[in-house]
Amino acid sequence: MMDAGSASNAKSQSRCPLKDQLLQKRNSRENLDRFIPNRSAMDFDYAHYMLTERKGKENPTSASPSREAYRKQLAETFNMNRTRILTFKNKPPVLVELLPHDFTSAQPSKAAKPRRYIPQTSERTLDAPDLVDDYYLNLMDWGSSNVLSIALGNTVYLWDASNGSTSELVTVDDEVGPVTSISWAPDGRHVAVGLNTSEVQLWDSTANRLLRTLKGGHRSRVGSLAWNNHILTTGGMDGHIINNDVRIRSHIVETYRGHTQEVCGLKWSASGQQLASGGNDNLLHIWDRSMTSTSSPTQWLHRLEEHTAAVKALAWCPFQGNLLASGGGGGDRCIKFWNTHTGACLNSVDTGSQVCALLWNKNERELLSSHGFTQNQLTLWKYPSMVKIAELTGHTSRVLFMAQSPDGCTVASAAADETLRFWNVFGVPQVAAKAAPKANPEPFAHINRIR
Amino acid sequence: MASKTVAKDIITLRGSAAIVSEFFGYAANSILYNRGVYPEESFAKVKKYGLPMLLTEDEDVKSFIANLTSQLSEWLEAGKLQRVVLVIMSKSSGEVLERWNFSIETDGEVVEKGESREKSDKEIMREIQAIMRQIVSSITYLPCLDEPCVFDVLAYTDKDVAVPFTWMESDPKLIANPQMVKLHSFDTKIHKVDTLVSYKNDEWDDQ
Repeated sequence: MMDAGSASNAKSQSRCPLKDQLLQKRNSRENLDRFIPNRSAMDFDYAHYMLTERKGKENPTSASPSREAYRKQLAETFNMNRTRILTFKNKPPVLVELLPHDFTSAQPSKAAKPRRYIPQTSERTLDAPDLVDDYYLNLMDWGSSNVLSIALGNTVYLWDASNGSTSELVTVDDEVGPVTSISWAPDGRHVAVGLNTSEVQLWDSTANRLLRTLKGGHRSRVGSLAWNNHILTTGGMDGHIINNDVRIRSHIVETYRGHTQEVCGLKWSASGQQLASGGNDNLLHIWDRSMTSTSSPTQWLHRLEEHTAAVKALAWCPFQGNLLASGGGGGDRCIKFWNTHTGACLNSVDTGSQVCALLWNKNERELLSSHGFTQNQLTLWKYPSMVKIAELTGHTSRVLFMAQSPDGCTVASAAADETLRFWNVFGVPQVAAKAAPKANPEPFAHINRIR
Repeated sequence: MASKTVAKDIITLRGSAAIVSEFFGYAANSILYNRGVYPEESFAKVKKYGLPMLLTEDEDVKSFIANLTSQLSEWLEAGKLQRVVLVIMSKSSGEVLERWNFSIETDGEVVEKGESREKSDKEIMREIQAIMRQIVSSITYLPCLDEPCVFDVLAYTDKDVAVPFTWMESDPKLIANPQMVKLHSFDTKIHKVDTLVSYKNDEWDDQ
């Protein structure tokens, strides 16, 4: 069958697989004669391929179908001398874009964005001497006015991110201090300072003035704070959580009881409807405002006991309501995801290291976690796959505190190595065009179709 | 199709060439629609191969594909066509993003001696149907093309083919380190068509 084909036209196709076909060509007149007067007629590439491919430099038994296909294509590439590749002179029409990004694809543009560059080193490192190396405190916060506040020992410093200037807000006395927690009010002007004595000071940062001191609520130090409009929620070493209305004289409006040890994590949901609290008792509580009772201490909505170490890192998801991420301490090392409506644990990931803080990326579906022993790294995870996108190292001891800039691009981390580092990990703000959906062209397109 | 009316299940060279070139026309349309090279609104539904197939209404694209398929048919009849490749490239950078490769194996004897073969029409249609379905479902694994794209068609022919006036030589427009997926093939007993799609590796693919 094959001979008949090759006699008249060496190039005619046969039904045999590629290899045999090449064998065929070897028998044709060109290659029979061993004496080669004209080397230019030789196909060295082809010869080389035939020699080396036969030795099986790749193990064929382990070849996957795609590898096979690739090898086949490679073989065909070497066969190119016998083939001509032609294309039309007149090319097919190119789509003229009348309206950008609307007609050219059916898929959402977000799906295949080019990978952004995440700098592996901190953009800036500041000194943070006397930063208290205590896991249970919350000593750093970044306010909406773009001022970062950090408590070093007995002093609260304010660092203005727009011009890099530092100022001192307050230095408390030794009996009162050290400062155990710090939190900016939503207005970016007022800041709450929790103290070792169980008092909480409320400061006006622009006037540099102490407005009031909240007393009588807790019996021991206040390690965690969270704002919900005019309500300042305080979490104490006594395990109590108190909602304080800062506008009124008798500021204690509600007490949440449930934790048996220090409350180190405290975060209100974006809606302000639910509060998440984590304690040294390994418990994670979800408190719901709809369950308020004036007479008795409010009961929790959910008590989540899955963590096996202190729960300090808490972060509510910005793009999915009722989704909470929590991180466990040294004995747990897990990040867990919760549906705070139902109390169900959606996912649990062992990070291998003590989780000190968690932050969600507001622009992408990503989660940033900060860790202790041994790497002291910040890990960026893709959500929901929980694939590691980046690991940022630099700190030489556990990264206790993290805060996010108001524009959502930069993260500040402070560690027991007494440094404060800034990372451009969350990317640049989105271009406005993407955020604003073009609703206008749609109606017109519709009308055309109907007609 | 010519073969059907003349005699039951007998396929001639000309008939087979017609089947293959027609297949290519429909496949090209399907790919252009599914990959979003041209807007969905510019396609209309027709019934073919027992499936709803989409054909472009754009006159320029239509005539391009029509000229293409008639030339392919000619080459197929001469037994000179080795493969047809539809490439999809980025409009802005010209980078080749996808390559739809249709390899053709021709039965030399039929070309030589003008014989005919026998194969049930239904069977061929079923095979083509399977390929069309695979093309449509390929969007589940092909990376998204979210930038404007253009397409082009390459024909790999035997060296001794005379280059028609409207065609010119080209480079193969290969993709470096492609991912490849082999689709089903169909066989008219005269021409056997293998389909392979290769695409640029999407590094960001979490799966």
